[in-house]
Amino acid sequence: MTGLTETVKKQSKEDEDKKMRKSRFGFWSVVLWVVLALGAYSLILRFVKGLGASTNLSDEFPWGLWVGFKLFAVALAGGGFTLAAVVHIFNVKSYRPVLRPMILTAFLGYSAFICSLIIDLGRPYRVWHPMVMWNDHSVMFEIAWCVMFYTSVLALEFAPAVLERLQWRRANELLRGIMIPVVILGVVLSTLHQSSLGSLYLIVPGKLYPLWYSPLEPVFFFVSALCAGLAMTIFESWHSRKAFGKCLEQPLLNSLGRVLAVALSFYLTLRAIDMMHRGVFHLLALPRTETYLFLLEIALLLIPMFLLFQRSVHTHPTLLYFCSVLTLLGFITNRMNVAITGMEASSGTYYFPKWTELAITMSLVASAFAVFWLAVKYLPVFPAANENASLQAATVPVPPRDVATAIPELTHAR
Amino acid sequence: MSKALLYDATICIGCKQCEQACATENGLPYNDAIAREEKQSEHKYTAILTKGDKFMRRLCMNCQDPACASACPVAALRKTADGPVTYEEGRCMGCRYCMVACPFNVPKYEWQKVLPKVRKCTMCPTRVAAGKQTACAEICPTGATKFGMRDDLINEAQQRLHDNPGQYVKHIYGLNEVGGTSVLLLSSVPFEQFGYRADMQTEPMPLLTSRVLSKVPDVVMLGGVLLGGIWWITNRRADVDDAEGTGKLTFSAGTKPVPSGSKKRGSTE
Repeated sequence: MTGLTETVKKQSKEDEDKKMRKSRFGFWSVVLWVVLALGAYSLILRFVKGLGASTNLSDEFPWGLWVGFKLFAVALAGGGFTLAAVVHIFNVKSYRPVLRPMILTAFLGYSAFICSLIIDLGRPYRVWHPMVMWNDHSVMFEIAWCVMFYTSVLALEFAPAVLERLQWRRANELLRGIMIPVVILGVVLSTLHQSSLGSLYLIVPGKLYPLWYSPLEPVFFFVSALCAGLAMTIFESWHSRKAFGKCLEQPLLNSLGRVLAVALSFYLTLRAIDMMHRGVFHLLALPRTETYLFLLEIALLLIPMFLLFQRSVHTHPTLLYFCSVLTLLGFITNRMNVAITGMEASSGTYYFPKWTELAITMSLVASAFAVFWLAVKYLPVFPAANENASLQAATVPVPPRDVATAIPELTHAR
Repeated sequence: MSKALLYDATICIGCKQCEQACATENGLPYNDAIAREEKQSEHKYTAILTKGDKFMRRLCMNCQDPACASACPVAALRKTADGPVTYEEGRCMGCRYCMVACPFNVPKYEWQKVLPKVRKCTMCPTRVAAGKQTACAEICPTGATKFGMRDDLINEAQQRLHDNPGQYVKHIYGLNEVGGTSVLLLSSVPFEQFGYRADMQTEPMPLLTSRVLSKVPDVVMLGGVLLGGIWWITNRRADVDDAEGTGKLTFSAGTKPVPSGSKKRGSTE
């Protein structure tokens, strides 16, 4: 019961935090508005003047920051399908409190993907073309359909939160009845979609630098999306505690940390085995930008992996959070490396995003944060019981059915 | 069989009339300044490259099994039976995956336009369909660019290599590269000197992705059945637990990982 005294401490800390919060929110909202203003200007520039005026893209380098952003926005959305499978399919009820925030994150991640796609397309008004003009040999075609379907699935998965708030009981019941097929569809679509973002790069041997080009790229993208999803869960829980005092119970976070450690070691081993088979380790001896950024990417994943195996780390909220940040940065670096670093040498040109590209990307990130913040504020995203009763729930094992009735969702679907 | 172009750099005199004919055929501007731009661009679909007294031509290779056509999500790019790889601009949404996928970096984009199109040589599809030569082959004063059936041109290229072995690099570029292209090249200097990649695979590029894509229906069916099955098992277990009132079998990370023996793990939290 040492935990109880800890909560008392936490409570007093939170009171202090509340005093701090006003000033902090002031600062962040200024940042938000500045970013959004720059983003809006860039957006106008992009649509009025075209891609040439608003980006540093060229014939030699046709895909840039926005593609990299799309890749990692979707990777960070990986928590949505991971946790949907864990909770709904594998029936691990204790993770239920994490589910909704992660579904919301995934939904926002995919929305950000769609927004940046519309901005990036040369002719955005034709974004619907893949629906009627088919080419089933195209990876991009598969991605278009998966994104379309999966975003709808995520909307359905998140709908209960909205319906609860509106108190539309009948609609909620109806949704509950179809939730299992929807979740299964969602997991399958995500598997396809996450991996096919990697498949995009299968067709560029000789263009993508060999440290990243691999026939296993689809597998890497899929496994790393699982890892990124777990890291995102830890990341969000920490921030939600700071902003709302709502978070996951520490034991749950601990076990997430442990799972992440194992998932990361699996991913990194897979990468190492693949590099061994392709015989590209010698490339690490070359003093090139690619080498440094590759090592950065691996370090950002290897360090949290080692740390998370330490008991003192995965039981410590702040250290755990720190590890999740490193992991997320690691995967962002990975996606950027695949999309930009790895493609640069073969293109024979140098690409660095124009400020307008950066501004639009940052606005999309900022908007996603803002929408998340609003959703948590006004919708039952985090379980209500969490604020005070979290500790009891964590230490006293609650029978799964009780948890389920406290948080009404689909346990009784069958 | 499909049509093709054979370009023999040893016969080329660098007059660049092919460039001009191409510009006229495709309604593009052409003048001395453009003639000096020795690279393909959105306003120049073919270019004669000059290195001392050596020439080389660049144009869309119109691959037999093109990466761009397999990459295009809306089938705006297509390989026709005649040989040309055509572009239907009304379908294109501007994702530019074709530009990324093309092993020869051929497709170009109208970056300065608000509603841009992909631009590339399409091997004069209307002329070819009408039984005519491409504009570049028709104008070529020396026969350096020759139009014909692909099989015939391969035979002719092999004959030239055989007859004048000292004059050529012993390689027909485009015969096997990426599974074969509708543009065949002969040269007296290595093709790499003019930016043609030597490490090109001989398998068609689309195989790289279609191998993976072909597994999509399998993943959908197997994944669906597997996940549905797991759900049925785990929920069945929950039902049994409820009926027996134990809760022992419930798979729950929060409650389970305390095996009765080890107090260490449970007590820290």
